[in-house]
Amino acid sequence: MALSFFMRKSSALRFRNLFNRSIAVLHNQHQIPHQSITSSSSSSLSRFLSSSSSSSMASSDSSFPVTVHNINPKVLKCEYAVRGEVVTIAQQLQEDLKAKPGTHPFDEIIYCNIGNPQSLGQLPITFFREVLALCDIPSVLEKPETPALFSSDAIERAWSIIDAIPGQATGAYSHSQGIKGLRDTIAKGIEARDGFPANPNDIFLTDGASPAVHMMMQLLLRSEKDGILCPIPQYPLYSASIALHGGSLVPYYLDEATGWGLEVKELKKQLEAAKKSGISVRALVVINPGNPTGQVLSEENQRDIVKFCKTEGLVLLADEVYQENVYVPEKKFHSFKKVARSLGFGDNDITLASFQSVSKGYYGECGKRGGYMEITGFSAEVREQIYKMASVNLCSNISGQILASLVMSPPKVGDESYELYRAERDGILSSLARRAKTLEEAFNKLEGVTCNKAEGAMYLFPQIKLPQKAIDAAKAAKTAPDNFYCRNLLHATGVVVVPGSGFGQVPGTWHFRCTILPQEEKIPAIVNRITEFHKKFMDQYRK
Amino acid sequence: MPPKPLDYESINENVKRSQYAVRGELYLRASELQKEGKKIIFTNVGNPHALGQKPLSFPRQVVALCQAPFLLDDPNVGLLFPADAIAKAKHYLSMTGGGLGAYSDSRGLPGVRKEVAEFIQRRDGYPSDPELIYLTDGASKGVMQILQTIIGGQGDGILVPVPQYPLYSATIALLGGSLVPYYLEETANWGLDVNELRQSVNQARYKGITVKAMVIINPGNPTGQCLSEANLREVLQFCFEENLVLLGDEVYQQNIYQDERPFISAKKVLMDIGPPISKEVQLISFHTVSKGYWGECGQRGGYFEMTNISPETVDQIYKVASISLSPNVPAQIFMGLMVNPPKPGDISYDQFVRESKGILESLRRRARIMTDGFNSCRNVVCNFTEGAMYSFPQIRLPPRAIEAAKQAGKVPDVFYCLKLLEATGISTVPGSGFGQKEGVFHLRTTILPAEEDMPAIMDSFKKFNDEFMEQYEDHRGYSRM
Repeated sequence: MALSFFMRKSSALRFRNLFNRSIAVLHNQHQIPHQSITSSSSSSLSRFLSSSSSSSMASSDSSFPVTVHNINPKVLKCEYAVRGEVVTIAQQLQEDLKAKPGTHPFDEIIYCNIGNPQSLGQLPITFFREVLALCDIPSVLEKPETPALFSSDAIERAWSIIDAIPGQATGAYSHSQGIKGLRDTIAKGIEARDGFPANPNDIFLTDGASPAVHMMMQLLLRSEKDGILCPIPQYPLYSASIALHGGSLVPYYLDEATGWGLEVKELKKQLEAAKKSGISVRALVVINPGNPTGQVLSEENQRDIVKFCKTEGLVLLADEVYQENVYVPEKKFHSFKKVARSLGFGDNDITLASFQSVSKGYYGECGKRGGYMEITGFSAEVREQIYKMASVNLCSNISGQILASLVMSPPKVGDESYELYRAERDGILSSLARRAKTLEEAFNKLEGVTCNKAEGAMYLFPQIKLPQKAIDAAKAAKTAPDNFYCRNLLHATGVVVVPGSGFGQVPGTWHFRCTILPQEEKIPAIVNRITEFHKKFMDQYRK
Repeated sequence: MPPKPLDYESINENVKRSQYAVRGELYLRASELQKEGKKIIFTNVGNPHALGQKPLSFPRQVVALCQAPFLLDDPNVGLLFPADAIAKAKHYLSMTGGGLGAYSDSRGLPGVRKEVAEFIQRRDGYPSDPELIYLTDGASKGVMQILQTIIGGQGDGILVPVPQYPLYSATIALLGGSLVPYYLEETANWGLDVNELRQSVNQARYKGITVKAMVIINPGNPTGQCLSEANLREVLQFCFEENLVLLGDEVYQQNIYQDERPFISAKKVLMDIGPPISKEVQLISFHTVSKGYWGECGQRGGYFEMTNISPETVDQIYKVASISLSPNVPAQIFMGLMVNPPKPGDISYDQFVRESKGILESLRRRARIMTDGFNSCRNVVCNFTEGAMYSFPQIRLPPRAIEAAKQAGKVPDVFYCLKLLEATGISTVPGSGFGQKEGVFHLRTTILPAEEDMPAIMDSFKKFNDEFMEQYEDHRGYSRM
């Protein structure tokens, strides 16, 4: 190839930059998960703010066919705190900063409310993006200029993906479970990970893991009498989805004192209590590694859980989206499928849905909406129904499907892109581990705050023992104490976290969830600001 | 033996009730046959790229650059990408907070929503508020979200055209609501009659159903008719009188194959009518990147625009959107590019226009070829495809064929379509999947097979149909109803 001697100077440059520079943000805009455009948008905040502005709209509202008085009550009931009130206030503050800089004791909002790594400067994996770009413009695969811009193994991988797509048409709706060739790749990846075979026909590619969770809830919940066992604290997709689909959430409490341990006897206790109150418990949700709690289950623990589900006839819903985020050497991720198969349990023993996503791990590709569920132990008729549900939406986005296959089969030793891939991956994961440690230590130093280690995932979930005076002040402000703390934290520091009540907690305890995702060089400043704020807060509200 | 946690009996009844024929029995059978080596022509779904339509070059270049922004720094980038694609990629990347890999605002990137609002304003001549435009993973997701907001239970009814695109019936069933049908009149070019609407609503109310919304699909799917301005005015007036929110599925607005009735949006007509109706009637309009001349089905990009929906209700819709975090960002960029295409003077403009015109003109020709082809067949009557992507011929099945279908345990049009599939490899969707009047049978096919393949496909169909009618026709003639 005439142009091959250029050999992607840019790639060598990238490699060097990775080591030499502190991680620069390629698109270091202000954080903008939400950005109100016009001042009239303040009316859209009416629901979340405790002002009375909302009542002004209500007067002529009730004559319309669709109003809050007659919409689906399940929609009214469901909540999702990750993008709730505190975040809405943060957006407003961000607008303030733009319009009138210097009006606040901070000059930027730092969004620590959501596991959105690339919005805080984490860079994507180069190889993955090369392949995705090539799949968008497959006509260049044959061009002689292409190797000057793309690595040869990216070109090769793009070719094999394009060939797996009927008609090489990346813009066509695919099979409703996702492109067969990509499911083959994913199945092989699962097998390599677990040491047990996976069937591509058990895989449903979805727009992120969340739609797959919704599908399962829709399938399982017939009425309020159907219950799903969920960890408390939990990622509020579960509570929201259960509410939307008209079921009941049956809580089981993780034990903060033992590093958020999951006890089977607690599961049993809650199951029995639910049954007594007439609830038919259909499934058990386990998030491993945990969100917001960050614990990584031990294999023994997982075995007990699998046996419990088998004995009690529960579907096991295994949320494993953080499987690549493990930060402690004494723990390892084991998939529930592997654990079940290691026990000798097959399709007749355990009904299992395992969820994976491209949003987390070291790839952090949240905006792509890629993910899948692997379903095993379901009868043929039920699988038909699941297929039917998937088909109404036709298929998930193709780019996300491709990315899911790349995540489950990344570059191998010897591949041209392997070294760069490995460096990028290890850089991100080791940095996450350091940030988890730094923030955990910082939180533990705060008065009245205890924080369990983040063994995995992307969050810290410290507990604050709020003084009675603070709790009283919260009541006076007509808001939950942890929300009160988080609002104050935001106004003082610009740091956005989510109050623990958004995830559930033992009544009378207060927490907040903070991500470990801000860039490493920003962490010391964040720690200082929070430490300073906390001291002032405690000074103000200490008895 | 421990209880099986999940069996067919114990799953949600609504799931069982829900049907989606577009990827139902015929499609599954076609896939089976394809695996066995038979050549299948899939005309069951509006999926242009699957039938050889090429993606437009410019948008793909822009999105590829957004996927791999490090290319922008590469001195060789100009070898593969024109300068305006490079500029556009930078433009869209600057709208994101971290590139394509970050969750955007749950409503979609504000910058893209602004471009959509500007597009709507140019199209209709009335202002559009980006705050009331939500991007979604395909228009289907938007439809599902809105229906979920409206439907609380069986007591909530949605007026849906028959025949309809079965996303509506499937979703209403999944949500446990009630579908209130209104029949389009085949002999009047699939026309919509307000008296028919009124009758349907009254019947539903008599049964205790609260009819909350009305769906129009314009241009129609599967029927292809384009609503006239007068018709749209009648519909809006009707919604005003009967207190219904209008759901305007306008995903085929770029696919118009006649000049008598160009596309006119429900929003424009609503605003033209003026107050009080323009301030009272609630309207939600849907659009997509999957159809038109773009055909980017696999991207899953769409939006809905809300008109006259109260802030509190918008908040609830926002809340539900936020649970899914955000729509996929690459598709949002496709949407931006669709509403904001290359302009005269841009480097890529000529190629863009050439590609787009080529597709639209060919679709127009294929709509004609197919309609005429069907009309030349025995016992087949077909309205012209004025818009969208489908042909929906009526097949007058002889009584003996209907009897044979019954014997085979199949609905008559399913029976016909299966035989068609087995004989010719043409995979269609039986009319029963869309709804039709009792005793009247149709099939839906797309007009998407490549133009050069069309004559052979129509010949193949004609041959099969002749043989079928020969086999089942009673030579004394037959009566239809």
